[in-house]
Amino acid sequence: MTDSITIALSKGRILKETLPLLSEAGIEPVDDIEKSRKLVFPTTDPSVRLLIIRATDVPTYVQYGGADLGVTGKDVLMEHGGAGLYEPLDLNIARCRLMTAGPVGKVSPAGRLRVATKFVNLARQYYASQGRQADIIKLYGAMELAPILNLADEIVDIVDTGNTLKANGLEPREHIAHISTRLVANRASMKMKHQKLHPIIEQLGEAVNRRRAD
Amino acid sequence: MTASDRWLLPDGVEDILPPLAGQIESLRREIMDNYQRWGYQLVIPPLIEYLESLLTGTGNDLALQTFKLTDQLTGRMMGVRADMTPQAARIDAHTLRQDGVTRLCYAGHVLHTRPQHMLTGRTPIQAGCELFGSASAEADLEVIRLMLETMRIAGLPRVHLDLAHVAIYQQLISAANLDRDTELAIFDAMRRKSVPELDELLGDYTAGTPAARLRELARLSGGPEVLAQARKVLAGAPEQALKALDELTVASEAIAEAYPEVSLGFDFCELRGYNYHTGLVFGAYSPDHGQAVAQGGRYDAIGEDFGRARPATGFSADIRALVALGQRSQKSSQGKIWAPAVAEAGLQAAITELRRTETVLQALPDDGDVSPETRGCDRQLIKRDGQWVVESLNG
Repeated sequence: MTDSITIALSKGRILKETLPLLSEAGIEPVDDIEKSRKLVFPTTDPSVRLLIIRATDVPTYVQYGGADLGVTGKDVLMEHGGAGLYEPLDLNIARCRLMTAGPVGKVSPAGRLRVATKFVNLARQYYASQGRQADIIKLYGAMELAPILNLADEIVDIVDTGNTLKANGLEPREHIAHISTRLVANRASMKMKHQKLHPIIEQLGEAVNRRRAD
Repeated sequence: MTASDRWLLPDGVEDILPPLAGQIESLRREIMDNYQRWGYQLVIPPLIEYLESLLTGTGNDLALQTFKLTDQLTGRMMGVRADMTPQAARIDAHTLRQDGVTRLCYAGHVLHTRPQHMLTGRTPIQAGCELFGSASAEADLEVIRLMLETMRIAGLPRVHLDLAHVAIYQQLISAANLDRDTELAIFDAMRRKSVPELDELLGDYTAGTPAARLRELARLSGGPEVLAQARKVLAGAPEQALKALDELTVASEAIAEAYPEVSLGFDFCELRGYNYHTGLVFGAYSPDHGQAVAQGGRYDAIGEDFGRARPATGFSADIRALVALGQRSQKSSQGKIWAPAVAEAGLQAAITELRRTETVLQALPDDGDVSPETRGCDRQLIKRDGQWVVESLNG
C-alpha cells in the first residue's frame, strides 16, 4: 500500500458498465481488459492500477488491503457481511433484485424449508427475519434446477428479467433486497490515502449523478 | 490418527521461531521498559477469569472474540482474555483502589475466537498502557504520545494517526430522536460509511436538523482541513458535540506540533468500540497494513461496573504486527564464541567470564562434526601457551 491506488474489478457486466464511469474519473486501462489474460492492468493514470478478480473475492481483497477500492454487487457485500469495509458510493449499475423463487403454483411446505442458494448467510438471515426455519443448501450455480429435481423447496437468487426463472417453471416470490453495484473502500486506505481517494470517489459520484439525470 | 493430526496446529495458531521470536521479545522488552520510564507500572493479569469481569461494559464485539469454558470448581463460565484492557480497568477500579492517577502497562498473549487480520492469527501478543483517574485532555495526549513513541521504537516507516470522537455521533443520534431499529440501522450504515444507505435511512431533511448533520458527517473525512468543515456542519448542534469537536481540535494541534512527521486524519464515521468508548478515540496506521496497528481511546464508564467510576484512557498494540511492519535496526550483534568440548577448569572459568557479556556455545562430545560457523559463531576459544584466548575463526 504505497501511494499508488489499486482498484479491484470483476469481468462481465459490472466491468462493462464500470469502465465508462472510471474513464469519466480520468482512469482508463491501457490494454483491452476483456481481450487480455492479464490480471493487473496499468491505467492512463500512472498511480492507478486495476485488478481483475472474481466478484465474490472483491470484498476480501479490499478488506485486507490488497486493493484500496473495489467494485462489486450489493449481493456479494451482504453475503460477505461488509465488515471492515467502507461503502461510500452506489454506482447505480447492474441493478437487479434479490428474491426467493419456487415452482409455479406449488405452495411451500409449512415448517422447515429447504432452500438452495449461493447466498448462504443472506438466505439464513432472511428466513430467520421472517420467523421461518430453513435448511440452506449451498450451490454454486444453476439454482433453478434445485426445486425441479426436488433438492429444495425454494431458491434465493438474483432476478433481473425473470426469464431464467420462467424458462425453468419457477416464479419469483418474496422480494429480499434491491441490488446494485457498489464502490467499496479499505478503511485504512480511506484514512491514509484520502488525498488520492476522495477525488476519485467524488468524480465517480458525479458521473453516477449525471447518468441518473439523463 | 495420521501423522499430521499429531503435529498440525489449529487455524490461526502458530509457533514463533527464531529469529522472529527473538525480535518480538527484544521489542517487547524495549517498549515495556519505555512504558515504565513514563511511569506506567507493570501488571500481569491472569490468562483466564470469569466471563462477567472480562466482558463488563465492552459490548458484543468482545463477547464474540472470547473463548469460553466452564470452571469445574464453581460451574461458572470463564473466558480466556481476548483483550487485556478490561482486566487493567478491573485492577484499577477494584484491586488497586488508589486515589488519584494510576498508570498501568501490560504485555501478553490474548486469544481470539476468530483472527482479526491475516497477520495476527488468533493469538496476538498485546501490549498496552492505560491511564486511570484523569479526565483531562492532557491525559489523552499523554497516551497518544506514548502510542506514537511505541511506533517510533518499532521503527514504523510512515505513521498515520486517525482521530475521532464518539460523543459527536452520540449527541447527534440522540438529538435525532429515532426509534431503536432505525438507530441500529444508521449505526451499521455509518460504520460502513455507506452514504447511499444513510441517505435512504435519514430521508428528506432540512439543513440544520440532526439527521442532516449525520448525513453531512458521513461524507466528512480527511486531513486537518475537515475540522473546519465539521465546525460548519455542527453549527447549532448540541453543546456536547461542539465540545467534542473542540477536544478533537486541541488534541490534533498538540500532536501536529509534537510529531510533525506523523500524518493526521479525521474520520467522523469511526465508531470502533462505540459501546464502551466515551470520548476521544485514536488509531495508528501504517502503509501496507489494511488495519490499525495500535488503537485506543477514552472509556470512562467501565470502572463503574467494578464498583468505582474512573475516567480512563489507554491504547494497545499488537507486538507481532509491529515487528512485521517495523524497520527496526537489529542490534549489530557479534557472532557467538565457540568453545571446544574439553572438561577443564581453566576453560570453564574463561567461559563463565566471557558469558557476562558474550554468547558462548560450548561443543558437546556427541555434537558431531558440525562446523562452528553453521551455529552462528565467528570466534573460538583456543588454548595458547596454557591460556584460553578468543580468536577469530577465520584467522
